[in-house]
Amino acid sequence: MGKMIGQRVVRLIATLLAVTFLTFLLTALLPGDPVNAILPPDAPRDQATVDRIRAEFNLDDPLLVRYGSWLANAVTGDLGKSYITDQQVTEAIKQRIPITFELTALAAFFALLLAVPVGILGAYREGRFADKSSSAMVQVGLSVPPFIVGIFLIWLFTVKTSFLGLPSTGWNRITTDGLWENLRTAVLPAFALSLAPLAYFSRLLRSDMVGTLKEDFVLSARAKGLKNRYILGRHALRPSSLSLVTIVGIQLGILLSGTVVIEQIFALPGLGSRLLNAIYQRDIVMIQGITVFIATMYVLINTAVDFIYLAIDPRIRKR
Amino acid sequence: MESRGTVGRVDRKILVVEDLKTHFKLPAGMVKAVDGVSFDLKQGQTLGVVGESGSGKTVLSRTIMRLTLGNNVHTSGRVSFEDRDILSLSNKEMQKIWGLEMAMVFQDPMTSLNPVVKIGRQVTEHVRKHLNVSKSEAKATALQLLKGVRIPEAEARFNAYPHQLSGGMRQRVSIAIALACGPKILFADEPTTALDVTVQHQILNLLNLQQQERHMAMILVTHDLGVVAGRTNDIAVMYAGKIVEKAPTWMLFSRVQHPYTEALLRSIPRTNQKNHTRLSAIAGRPPDLINPPQGCKFSPRCPYAQDKCREEEPTLQAAQSDEHQFACWYPVGTPENKEAFEKNLAAQLPQTLAFAEGKVVDESVIDNAVALSGGGS
Ligand SMILES: Nc1ncnc2c1ncn2[C@@H]1O[C@H](COP(=O)(O)OP(=O)(O)OP(=O)(O)O)[C@@H](O)[C@H]1O
Ligand code: SF4
Ligand SMILES: [Mg+2]
Repeated sequence: MGKMIGQRVVRLIATLLAVTFLTFLLTALLPGDPVNAILPPDAPRDQATVDRIRAEFNLDDPLLVRYGSWLANAVTGDLGKSYITDQQVTEAIKQRIPITFELTALAAFFALLLAVPVGILGAYREGRFADKSSSAMVQVGLSVPPFIVGIFLIWLFTVKTSFLGLPSTGWNRITTDGLWENLRTAVLPAFALSLAPLAYFSRLLRSDMVGTLKEDFVLSARAKGLKNRYILGRHALRPSSLSLVTIVGIQLGILLSGTVVIEQIFALPGLGSRLLNAIYQRDIVMIQGITVFIATMYVLINTAVDFIYLAIDPRIRKR
Repeated sequence: MESRGTVGRVDRKILVVEDLKTHFKLPAGMVKAVDGVSFDLKQGQTLGVVGESGSGKTVLSRTIMRLTLGNNVHTSGRVSFEDRDILSLSNKEMQKIWGLEMAMVFQDPMTSLNPVVKIGRQVTEHVRKHLNVSKSEAKATALQLLKGVRIPEAEARFNAYPHQLSGGMRQRVSIAIALACGPKILFADEPTTALDVTVQHQILNLLNLQQQERHMAMILVTHDLGVVAGRTNDIAVMYAGKIVEKAPTWMLFSRVQHPYTEALLRSIPRTNQKNHTRLSAIAGRPPDLINPPQGCKFSPRCPYAQDKCREEEPTLQAAQSDEHQFACWYPVGTPENKEAFEKNLAAQLPQTLAFAEGKVVDESVIDNAVALSGGGS
């Protein structure tokens, strides 16, 4: 087990190096004078700024050396500074990330909350009405893109009715407006985001569970006189959820980087809309910083998934 | 002559099975996995169900226990367990019987224990449900059980996962689970087939000991007549979903009537031979259960088969004693049987030739089996 944790940590570090290096190349490999690439079109272009950039990015050093010093700064939390707003990248992330995190977490939570019962029910009633109808509904959820769902929800909840008094756009912060006001603004975008992962989660859980329910140990649990509900929850769910945990991890990563559109539709000041903004303005440093951050989160989540495996399946711990 | 375990005791019938049929509907037709089985079992008695792979032993025991076999099953006949009509009970009602009054030990302890649930929980969960005891009481019971099935360091094993135990230990755990609520009848479906030869005897002895101590009824399913020799009161031999011979164990071994039983006897592994090879395997394959052969289903493989066998299916009839029943036109040991054999030999019937080539039944195997089953002389 200790050896395994060691392996995972080594792998984590290697992946992080690769990810950061690739993102770093973003500024290094753009054609033309790197200064031109780094400097956004709208930024002032006087000699002082150009010199500052040359010095700050060590543009006269070889690539690897530049990566080294960039990385050294990055680990201390210095991802550079926007040449348009003069804002530190880490500052921007700190400001925007709570919204994106909350959306991601809430969407994954909604998805799991629905997917677990739907998946279990589908497997338990395999091939029957409950299975077929829930599969069909889930399929619809999967085939509609989140932004359509988002637009539909805005139309439904605000234009058509003011059900629950949910605001269609904007964001209330927990810190200033309290939890309830915050959730009121978060619930619709999070729900729109949750449909696709809900479909993936429930389909995966259902198919794994169908397999588990055919296992001998499920039959022996029945032969002990245990109740169906108990057997499903206590005996069948855990061995069926290994792939689910993987895909939850992957989906968290996808959600984290996939809130862009939804943030746009619901006018939420999250990390995604900041990234989009930076792309419009060709604010390379900002783009790079946010990308590194998201990629790092992605890798960290997947490592966490590996460790959750250990908790779920004692057989893996042995290896 | 007394049967084992019934001395000075009048036991009532705990299980009555009448004309039980379990058919599976497949696109290709009906699989008649169990096709008209009848027997009864008294309290404290052990019945051995013997037959080749595919003869319907597992389907039979699962049908009696009313465990689901799929939704293409058609079951008919009657199973009466302590005067309750098992086949008409709801699943809810069965849940009160399963684990409490009827229990099962499965073939493969590698798959019948949940790999992600600790041993302790698996031994106690149904005890808590059925006997309505507290967690600590259940644990105390479980530890006692684990010690009872000779699991060393039961306390430590309680918190172990199945993969941390050897196959034999896991089967002991399965037995402890099955015995936990003190069932009235125990089904053991090839409980040792998946285990090492050396462990097999220990597990079988353990089952026997527990069965006798608890005066519990037991159905021991196996494909190996050698396994049931010293361990059962009665034996039912199954072929293609039917019982073809049924008798008290000692009687079956000493007065074999059915050619299939004879063939099974010839295939008991010789324990005096190191590699445990079979004396002779039975020629041919078990029949197709969707389109079984006409007449006697064993006829394509039987060394004594005559025209009559291929036309008309024999039904169970009594031998010298009512306790001994068999379904065969030319029972082993009769002059008619001898005549049929010679006729087939002359006609060079392949299965008869194969049978003749296989060594003659090793008398010591039979003597040994008879001695073990406590009957004979
Ligand atoms: N769900 C099912 N659908 C169709 N056929 C089935 C089903 N279950 C069992 N059978 C068939 O019923 C027959 C009897 O099977 P069963 O498992 O009872 O045999 P067995 O005597 O226990 O054999 P083994 O020694 O291999 O365990 C087999 O031919 C099998 O293919
Ligand atoms: S009835 Fe005929 S074929 Fe069937 S077992 Fe007896 S002798 Fe063999
Ligand atoms: Mg079987």
